[in-house]
Amino acid sequence: MKEIFVRLDRCMGCRSCQMACATEHSAAKTLFGAVAETPRPRYRLYVERGDGRNVPLTCRHCDPAPCLEACIAGAISRDDRGMVVHHEDRCVGCWTCLMVCPYGVIGRKQEQRIAVKCDRCPDRDVPACVSACPTKALVFSEAEEFTARTRKVQAGVVAGAVVE
Amino acid sequence: MERTIDQAGKVVLRAAERDGIGTVWDRFEQQTPQCGFGEMGVCCRNCMQGPCRIDPFGEGASRGTCGATADTIVARNLARSIAAGTAAHAGHAKHLAHALLKWAEGKAPDYPVKDGAKLQSLAAKLGIDTDNKSTQELARAVAQAALADFSEKETPVAWAAVNVTQGRLEKFLKYGVIPTGIDAAISEVMHRTHYGVDADPINLLLGGVKCALADFAGCHMGTDLADVLFGTPQPVVSRANLGVLKQDAVNIALHGHNPVLSDVIAQMASEMNEEAVRAGASQGLNLVGICCTGNEVLSRHGIPSATHSVSQELALLTGAVDAMVVDYQCIMPSLGNLAECLHTRLITTMPIAKIPGAVHLEFKEETARKTAKEIVRLGIESYKNRGSKSVNIPPYEETSIAGFSTEAIVGALALLNKDDPLALLIDHIVNGNIQGVCLFAGCNNVRVTQDLNFVTMAKELARQNVLLLATGCGAGAFARHGLLTSAATNEYAGFGLKLVLTALGEAAGLGGPLPLVLHMGSCVDNSRAADVAVAVANKLGVDLDKLPVVASAPEATTEKAISIGTWAVAAGLPTHVGVVPPVIGSPAVTKVLTEDIRDFFGGYFIVDTDPVSSAAKLMEAIQARRKGLGL
Repeated sequence: MKEIFVRLDRCMGCRSCQMACATEHSAAKTLFGAVAETPRPRYRLYVERGDGRNVPLTCRHCDPAPCLEACIAGAISRDDRGMVVHHEDRCVGCWTCLMVCPYGVIGRKQEQRIAVKCDRCPDRDVPACVSACPTKALVFSEAEEFTARTRKVQAGVVAGAVVE
Repeated sequence: MERTIDQAGKVVLRAAERDGIGTVWDRFEQQTPQCGFGEMGVCCRNCMQGPCRIDPFGEGASRGTCGATADTIVARNLARSIAAGTAAHAGHAKHLAHALLKWAEGKAPDYPVKDGAKLQSLAAKLGIDTDNKSTQELARAVAQAALADFSEKETPVAWAAVNVTQGRLEKFLKYGVIPTGIDAAISEVMHRTHYGVDADPINLLLGGVKCALADFAGCHMGTDLADVLFGTPQPVVSRANLGVLKQDAVNIALHGHNPVLSDVIAQMASEMNEEAVRAGASQGLNLVGICCTGNEVLSRHGIPSATHSVSQELALLTGAVDAMVVDYQCIMPSLGNLAECLHTRLITTMPIAKIPGAVHLEFKEETARKTAKEIVRLGIESYKNRGSKSVNIPPYEETSIAGFSTEAIVGALALLNKDDPLALLIDHIVNGNIQGVCLFAGCNNVRVTQDLNFVTMAKELARQNVLLLATGCGAGAFARHGLLTSAATNEYAGFGLKLVLTALGEAAGLGGPLPLVLHMGSCVDNSRAADVAVAVANKLGVDLDKLPVVASAPEATTEKAISIGTWAVAAGLPTHVGVVPPVIGSPAVTKVLTEDIRDFFGGYFIVDTDPVSSAAKLMEAIQARRKGLGL
């Protein structure tokens, strides 16, 4: 199953992922249309700065997922893609999910008492945030693919360190 | 999205794709998705505490580090764009003023005044005493008046003040937007947008308008002085599109903006033809134009236009261009790289515009013809290097009638009403044969399928009897699609418009109607369209914001287009832009530009990316103006 991975040395902090996320979750699906909508579409990932690095924080769709376990209203479930998704119609706005999320990536709809989280873009092959990333800091791939790439780079480093 | 609707462009793009050569369209794809903050104008880089971005979704930062809101940032950025556009036109005009002064002082013999009558009338308009003055003396006085318009002085910029209606001038004075120096206005925008100066969005926008009026002055001066030095254009029949390149000729493309260089090359073309033939080019020397330099030499020498704007690389990709000579503005840096891959010599000529991959042959007015000759020789040398390499010249070219200066339009009207030419135009507007006038200007933009907006809108408006004028790369778009012809009038003009254009065309001996779109020149020549509007307004005794005159830059790209658009609005025109300018991040600024500014100047921006609904909105604006006049 493909996941969103972050190449931590790549993020420039431009927040294009956030813009694309909010746009994808708008009715207009265009940036200029999205910003004019009420309620304003929300983005569901956050670029934060920690320890001198820019880090895009995305929902990890954990299993077991603390938010899913904690939701008192049954508004969070796991869909057939294995993604942890939130159902607005059942949300009561108790913010329990938001409190238990270890990444802090559950937000709220500003105009309503409703939580909002990543749905991994069900209408797209590649999530909007990944497509929008200008430096390819966000990667949508199988876990094995991602680590294989890291290993390959690391192998070069190790090989280069060998003294003939 | 289709890249272009131009057949010639499609042929070359297919070949480029086959050969794996990237163009502006490929690079744009690599740039997308582009930064949304930049697209919305809410990114500020004016100090080193930035860049700061305002979150348009209202979740993140609502103020920059210094406290600037989205409104302040958007207004500051827009004002800076206007200043950049103004600087470009100012540089163009100043260059011409220097050439004229050098000739008057005997330092540049290759620039004799060609239109003495225009020099006389220009001097008179500027209040310069013309009695008993030789052409040299008059040229010196006009050039000095021009150069004086750049620095700050006690009085308004002359070229802005004398070229508008009295009503406009009073409005500009009332709102404090009349510039007192062109360079001073640019400098003032840079000052007030510096860290911690002007934060009031309305005040910043008025600063932008003031600078845009300096841009109007620069444009007008550019047109006036080019006419004085090289002649005022008169209708001329030529050809347009990549098919004007010739397999067995030395093809030299003149690209950029200013006629100071290109006109001299055009003047020498016949002298150098023999040399080209001797080098083996049986069809001799073939000069072609690109962008507004192309429009300048088309209007004055009938030199055909190869292409414009976004498709400039395609001219080189035909493999048939032996040299491309450039001055400044709208010359893509990618041309240097392309020239290195082909046999083409890219020749830069201006000290302020050098491009990696180009040969630099500095052009000075003092030795104009000599340098022009060297440039053409480089082209001939380069032709020899072309050897047997295959060329791919798409077999597409259209007839293109250009050269409709204000003087030429008035001249055409005078053929039917010698004593009162403008009355004829006004009568037809009053009786509804002509519903209104639309000026198409501006560039192509890689975001828009090339030419689609221009062509669609022109056909829509012509059908509804709107008289169409065009300048710059917009005129080029119409040329490529055969809309600068009598045939286009017969095919697309509404009944009334056809009637008028036919009467005028026949009186002019064209044997058919005037073209559907009247090509008024390069992008600085938007001032010509303003002159027509001012003359009509003065005759009617109303101000510009009452006339059924609108403007459109449906595929705009450059900062120059932003400054021109702003002065068009300040002149009172409903002004359409077919791409979304970077202002949407401030709903307040967007509202000012599209609505509230109307209370100040009568003009306003219409932003719409759909050509059909854009045409409908312009038509609506024309109808509202007609109603206002009781028509």
